[in-house]
Amino acid sequence: MADTFKFELVSPEQLLLSADAVEVTVPGTEGEFGVLADHAAVMSTLRPGIINAKLADGSETSFFVRGGFADVSANGLTLLAEHAVPSAEFDENAMKLQLDEAQAALKAADNDHKRDKAQNLINQLTEFSATMSA
Amino acid sequence: MASLKELRNRIASVKATQKITKAMQMVAAAKLRRAQEAAEAARPYSQRMDKVLANIAASMDAQEDAPALMVGTGKDDVQLLIVATAERGLCGGFNSSIARKARDFARDLQAKGKTVKILCIGKKGYDALRMEFGAIIIDRIDIREIKNMAFHDADKIGKKVLGLFEEGAFDVATLFYSEFQSVISQIPQAQQIIPPLIESGEDVADVIFYDYEPDESEILDELLPQNVSVQLFRALLENGASEQGARMSAMDNATRNAGEMIDDLTISYNRQRQAQITKELIEIISGAEAL
Repeated sequence: MADTFKFELVSPEQLLLSADAVEVTVPGTEGEFGVLADHAAVMSTLRPGIINAKLADGSETSFFVRGGFADVSANGLTLLAEHAVPSAEFDENAMKLQLDEAQAALKAADNDHKRDKAQNLINQLTEFSATMSA
Repeated sequence: MASLKELRNRIASVKATQKITKAMQMVAAAKLRRAQEAAEAARPYSQRMDKVLANIAASMDAQEDAPALMVGTGKDDVQLLIVATAERGLCGGFNSSIARKARDFARDLQAKGKTVKILCIGKKGYDALRMEFGAIIIDRIDIREIKNMAFHDADKIGKKVLGLFEEGAFDVATLFYSEFQSVISQIPQAQQIIPPLIESGEDVADVIFYDYEPDESEILDELLPQNVSVQLFRALLENGASEQGARMSAMDNATRNAGEMIDDLTISYNRQRQAQITKELIEIISGAEAL
């Protein structure tokens, strides 16, 4: 059996998952990366996307996350997601809601820095929804 | 001595009050359970956040260009007090103990010659501080409309605070709220959130050297504002649970007091009724004897 590591997915509202995992795919800002046991310590920000986790008991589970941080250390992988839902509950409507929110943020932005951030988020979301529907 | 009719009325009115306090207690108990669950569900996130922040802080120690949100502006002349209280009263000492803590803190700072600004979340804190600090309360955030505190509500407040910080409106921000310990004990807290006080008590061996993706400063750029919102969110949830807990025990006391009062009133009502009957009997008997 493959080595396992501790995987935790938390959003501000709750602890969504805490389990031993074999492999987790994480959508990092600089590209997707997979985490296996004994991964080197990495800290990365997340872009909107799907997290796929293969758990120690053989089951697979996936979540949609928007923004946040991944913290890989000797203690395992901790994902601090700004917003996370099981991908079964994530559909086009939810996607549209996310996009609307991002558009509103863009409108409300009062300086370049914020505008950049909001525009980035919109781009990432559209890109993601394109891959999802494809 | 009150007349029988007066006593009857008083008993009826105390009974009506008792019914209300009892209902409020039960409502608070139901809400408390939900609030407590929410507060507990939010704990892992803020704990992990603290850990991540502590790790980055440890590895950033030597750097000079650390962002202001992390190390502060280097001054502490202008202090912002964020006072989070409830929107409603009738919850024992909950609101007043938070307000008292904030007031003492503000007076202390003013005595040291610092400029103090206050941001109130919730109506009760504003009411309590208005008299003394009306002129320096810069804003007041209404949370009456929010039934279940969600992260984006806290995030909105967090963005506001960050906006003020970017404008240079303050140097240090301290958050006042009440930590939920149990139904009978809620402890008012003062927590400095900008710049965050990072616990560095960990062993040096615990510090891990991370690869950062993108680099540290960009991660911190996201992490620090997020941390402010997370701390606010946690405080508001703790506050929510504390408020219901305080209200529950306050209403429990009130119900018990009303019960005692009803007992006392009923005894004096019965005594007086008996006295009146005896008096009437004596009148009848002495009237009969006189014949």
